[in-house]
Amino acid sequence: MSEDLLYELRDVTKQFTKGKETISVFSGLNMAIERGDFLAIMGPSGSGKTTLLNMLGGVDQPTGGEVHFDGNRVDTLSESQLASWRANNIGFIFQFYNLMPMLNAQRNVELPLLLTKLNGKQRRQNVAAALELVSLSDRAKHMPKEMSGGQQQRVAIARALVSDPKLLLCDEPTGDLDRKTADEILNMLQLLNRDFAKTIVMVTHDPAAAKYAKRTLHLDKGEFVDRDMAA
Amino acid sequence: MKDLFLIFKNLTRKPLRLFLTLFATFIAFMIFATLGSFQQALNAGIELSADDRLVSINKINFTQPLPISYVERIRAVDGVELVTHLNWFGGYFQEPRNQLGMFAVAPESFLQVYPEFLVTDDKREAWINNRQGLIAGEAIAKQYGWQEGQRIPINSNIFSKVDGSTVWDFDVVAIYTGEDAQTDTNSVYFHYEYFNKTQSFGGNNVGFVAIKSVDASQNEAVIEDIDSMFANSPAETETMPEKAFNKAFLDQIGNLGLILTSVVLAAFFVILIIVGNSMILSIRERTAEIGVMKTLGFGSGRIFRMVLAESLLLALIGGALGVLAANLLVAGINQAPIQLPTLVVNGTLWLQALVFMLGLGLITGIVPAVNALRLNIITALSRG
Repeated sequence: MSEDLLYELRDVTKQFTKGKETISVFSGLNMAIERGDFLAIMGPSGSGKTTLLNMLGGVDQPTGGEVHFDGNRVDTLSESQLASWRANNIGFIFQFYNLMPMLNAQRNVELPLLLTKLNGKQRRQNVAAALELVSLSDRAKHMPKEMSGGQQQRVAIARALVSDPKLLLCDEPTGDLDRKTADEILNMLQLLNRDFAKTIVMVTHDPAAAKYAKRTLHLDKGEFVDRDMAA
Repeated sequence: MKDLFLIFKNLTRKPLRLFLTLFATFIAFMIFATLGSFQQALNAGIELSADDRLVSINKINFTQPLPISYVERIRAVDGVELVTHLNWFGGYFQEPRNQLGMFAVAPESFLQVYPEFLVTDDKREAWINNRQGLIAGEAIAKQYGWQEGQRIPINSNIFSKVDGSTVWDFDVVAIYTGEDAQTDTNSVYFHYEYFNKTQSFGGNNVGFVAIKSVDASQNEAVIEDIDSMFANSPAETETMPEKAFNKAFLDQIGNLGLILTSVVLAAFFVILIIVGNSMILSIRERTAEIGVMKTLGFGSGRIFRMVLAESLLLALIGGALGVLAANLLVAGINQAPIQLPTLVVNGTLWLQALVFMLGLGLITGIVPAVNALRLNIITALSRG
């Protein structure tokens, strides 16, 4: 495995059972993601984008094949080991932000740090730095309902970044935003990739959003259709 | 920010729901502690009875008298250390509705057999030396505003004097206190001699004889000796431990324990449904948030504990406030001009309440906590 290789899916299969019917989403999917990559995954509904993102995030397990992350297999981890692995390695950005409504911006960003051994002072410093990075220092005490969609998504980005994960997974991060705000968010992701060498995988329907990525993979019926771009 | 902060934030996110749930729990525990203190006070007469104290009553029933000559004969029985006698007077103060728990007694032996009624040595002497003197418990004295040194008229609804009057004059010689918070201080005791000399009928009789045995282990032999001594006489005796006597007296009112327990259980059952339903709803509304927390790396076990802690905290806060309110309530009841035993929310009640709080918290929290534990991340996020 190359040192630059962060993530590798080898001959991955994924099947769901619906009643008596077995639905196959992937049947032998291969994929490689290098450190510092900014990858957009596009495809029609039902193509398997979200299932792939869930598997990359360790919230769903493949039926067969192997998943290697940073040189270690993750498809064999137990549920509690996966939870710990996610906390240490993955930052999630959702379409609808998914902030905790009862916590202000600062507390929302602090959430992943509760899973670390950092003390209160260290956590506050990291939160301040993350909020600074997304230009929301002045909104630290604001509740989610007091912020616009774009601001909430920036808080969500700060939350995803605060524990310095190796991989950022974005599920339609601009799907709920207007064009101008979407561009701001995408510029921010691009900056994180370019200036902070963050590896990003983004699922999107939006071709304009995909243009911000370094490369785009097209998924259709569980297979990458643009073979040149697939590993 | 620790888990406790998250638990607190989740608890307080809907203030009205929190208030209503807390209020329901509060009411249940206030009822529990108040009725519990009432039940304990009623049982105190039994619980605080001395193990080595026996009571001899007329075998027909306790309203029938015994000849006073029995006192000396009982004193001679082996294993008997002290003997005294008491006679129900049926007294009331000013109005028939102001009934008094009032007994004609032999002061010296009475205070020896009942050392839980506390009077100073000089007051004790003063009472013994004043044939018209009485001692009143501090609760009853407070209720009617009696002061030491005061002369008060008391009527009897059973006895009359030789001159036909039903009014006796008494000197309040001492206000006695109890050695325990739940010792009865609602009663009044006066000289049997004064009563016996002035009453118009049934002289030289007593209501019951109270006996202190040398040791509780000799009770059985003493009981047998006394009852066999008066067997086949016009006034046969039935002797029993004081605990049994007090319990039999209480049982005449009805099974109060069962009534009180039923009320408390009904209150808890309703609260269980209200709080349980509220917790299940609250967690269901947070399905997507729990999914996000699991996605971020919060383990299922940790989320399970947080949900359970939330319901426990709810039960503990509501319950503790309820028991505290019960403290205030019984303090108010104790001050009220009604003759009730002294009510106390004691350590035992607090401990029982704590066990119920933990039980309530666990029962109402276990279902939502297990739901949160089992919640699949993908399902949870798709519901968001």
